[in-house]
Amino acid sequence: MMKKLLIFLALVPVLLTAQNPSAEKILEQIDRNMASKSRVLTATMVVHAERGSRTMEMKIWSEGDKKSFTEYLSPARDKGTKMLKLDDQLWMFSPSADRIIQISGHMLRQSVMGSDLSYEDMMDDRKLTDIYNAAVIGPDNVDSRPCWVLELRAKTDDVAYYMRKMWIDQERNTPIKEEWYAKAGKLLKQTTLSEVKKIEGRWFPTKMIYKDMLKTGAGTEFIINEIKFDSPIPESVFSKASLR
Amino acid sequence: MIRFIFKGLLRDRHRSALPIVVVVTGVFLTVFLQCWMTGILGDLVDFNARFTTGHVKVMTKAYSERIEQTPNDLALVGTTALTASLEKEFPDMEWIQRIRFGGLVDAPDAQGETRSQGPAVGWGIDLLSGDSKEAERMNIRKSIVRGTLPAKSGEVLISDDFATKLNVVPGDQITLLGSTMYGSMTVYNFKVSGTVKFGSGALDRGALIADLHDVQLALDMPDAASEILGYFKTDVYDKELAAASVTRFMNTSDPNDNYAPVMMSLRDQNGLSSMVDYMDIVSAIFIMIFVTAMSLVLWNAGLLGGLRRYGEVGVRLAVGESKGHVYWSMVMESVLIGLIGSVFGTAMGLLLSFWLQKHGIDASAFMKNASMMLPSVFRASVTPESFYIGFIPGLFATVIGTALAGAGIYKRKTAQLFKELE
Repeated sequence: MMKKLLIFLALVPVLLTAQNPSAEKILEQIDRNMASKSRVLTATMVVHAERGSRTMEMKIWSEGDKKSFTEYLSPARDKGTKMLKLDDQLWMFSPSADRIIQISGHMLRQSVMGSDLSYEDMMDDRKLTDIYNAAVIGPDNVDSRPCWVLELRAKTDDVAYYMRKMWIDQERNTPIKEEWYAKAGKLLKQTTLSEVKKIEGRWFPTKMIYKDMLKTGAGTEFIINEIKFDSPIPESVFSKASLR
Repeated sequence: MIRFIFKGLLRDRHRSALPIVVVVTGVFLTVFLQCWMTGILGDLVDFNARFTTGHVKVMTKAYSERIEQTPNDLALVGTTALTASLEKEFPDMEWIQRIRFGGLVDAPDAQGETRSQGPAVGWGIDLLSGDSKEAERMNIRKSIVRGTLPAKSGEVLISDDFATKLNVVPGDQITLLGSTMYGSMTVYNFKVSGTVKFGSGALDRGALIADLHDVQLALDMPDAASEILGYFKTDVYDKELAAASVTRFMNTSDPNDNYAPVMMSLRDQNGLSSMVDYMDIVSAIFIMIFVTAMSLVLWNAGLLGGLRRYGEVGVRLAVGESKGHVYWSMVMESVLIGLIGSVFGTAMGLLLSFWLQKHGIDASAFMKNASMMLPSVFRASVTPESFYIGFIPGLFATVIGTALAGAGIYKRKTAQLFKELE
């Protein structure tokens, strides 16, 4: 009896480790779900500011993590505003001023169209495994769905958030909640991802709520109305000529 | 008697020259120090009032709590009606609307693409209505380095250092990239009409000044403003009157409404209250210590004068002059010395102070990286107090010193006098 107990105790850490998949494996599974060669989507962004809400509609074309083109379709004030991201550069075209403006430096930390997302958040599409050391810190439940909690700590200095916590749906391998922290441990942003749908054979969250914890207001909703994966996008879309 | 003593002082320079020089020097330093300290403190308050605080300021409660971020999403709305109401309720003040904002200024190249850009701190002020005093209040006309004041809608002034950094000149187009009152992005073109230099590091790094109406258009703020500033029509900040206005206004403000307008006096903003109180105390202590030290020096000069003339007093007593007469003649003499020294010392102190009040001392070289709203030219300020403060050490201390030293006259014995004379 005693011998059996000792063997069991010796195996406990092994059994526990076996229950928790490795962080790298979880991130790979997320990538399989979320990453694609290209995407074309239409979305609605609702910014809940302190004095009321604003709704914007946009169409986004993206290829890998380096190229992205966004056109705002409404409201009238923002209609025709376009943004082009190529590698680590970002340009914006404003039809009212008829200008192409490069967004750089400290401006990248500013909010995109008054939302809870910054240009930097929008720009940083590097693979999480490239910039963070990940570890599984345990299981949890979010909205009655079992999930793994991942803690990611920055490998490099050029990241906007030193630490991230991700809650990953164990069954669907999609993130359902994220918290982004500063080096001092202060919570800077929170994201909840919901309305996960099976699209083209993959689970994909179609509603995200971003909350900048340093801003007042009730956060920014980003709702994907339509999304197509891996459809060919003409190279001309990702050029400065398409901004005007 | 006075005429006699005065003649005596003129004819016997050994007796009068040194005490007068000492009194003149002491009084000059006292007057100058008082004017200088008052000037610096006054400039600091005045500069802040003109550019940021007004004598009182009205804004929303929520805006006032985060004022350092200039959160225009929390700005006042319905400002035309609110300004009219303030003009009616507080007719002793002039009420003006301003918008403060931040953003990125972008200068285009020939193809309309970004050539250079930099962060700007903007002011939307009333520049184009005929009766506006804003350009005078912010000393803009005198601060123009190149070009002219905006003469029509769409024109803008930027700080000269900023213009140099962006490589733009009057006549060039620039684009403001910022946020509207509702959080949306705004991209708005302006034409640079001129460049300005205020002499304050915080302003000269990236100031952009446009007409209020243009900024309202750019930031989607029709009939809205960040703040409404009140200035006493006398142009002089009255602490008590400002506090009374604030109390009266706040009685009508709803404390539970985040967007209710609230009023703050100059002292309640930018930490000016504690700074002004602190500087008031420090300058009062400084002046008091200085006046006391000068009084001691001049008192001592009076004492020494009395002791130095020990022999002379002995002779005068020996030839039959009464002790009281000798004593009072010496006190009268010190009154004359004190008066002459104080008048000359005050005149010299006032002359230098008037000069520094007009020209000031340019300290901009030391304040290039200053982030506080500080004037870079420090000036003295001549106040009614400056005309009499020098008489405290100059006249009273000298006379008291002489009076104390002279008391020894009454202790002199006639028998000893003759012995001393032998």
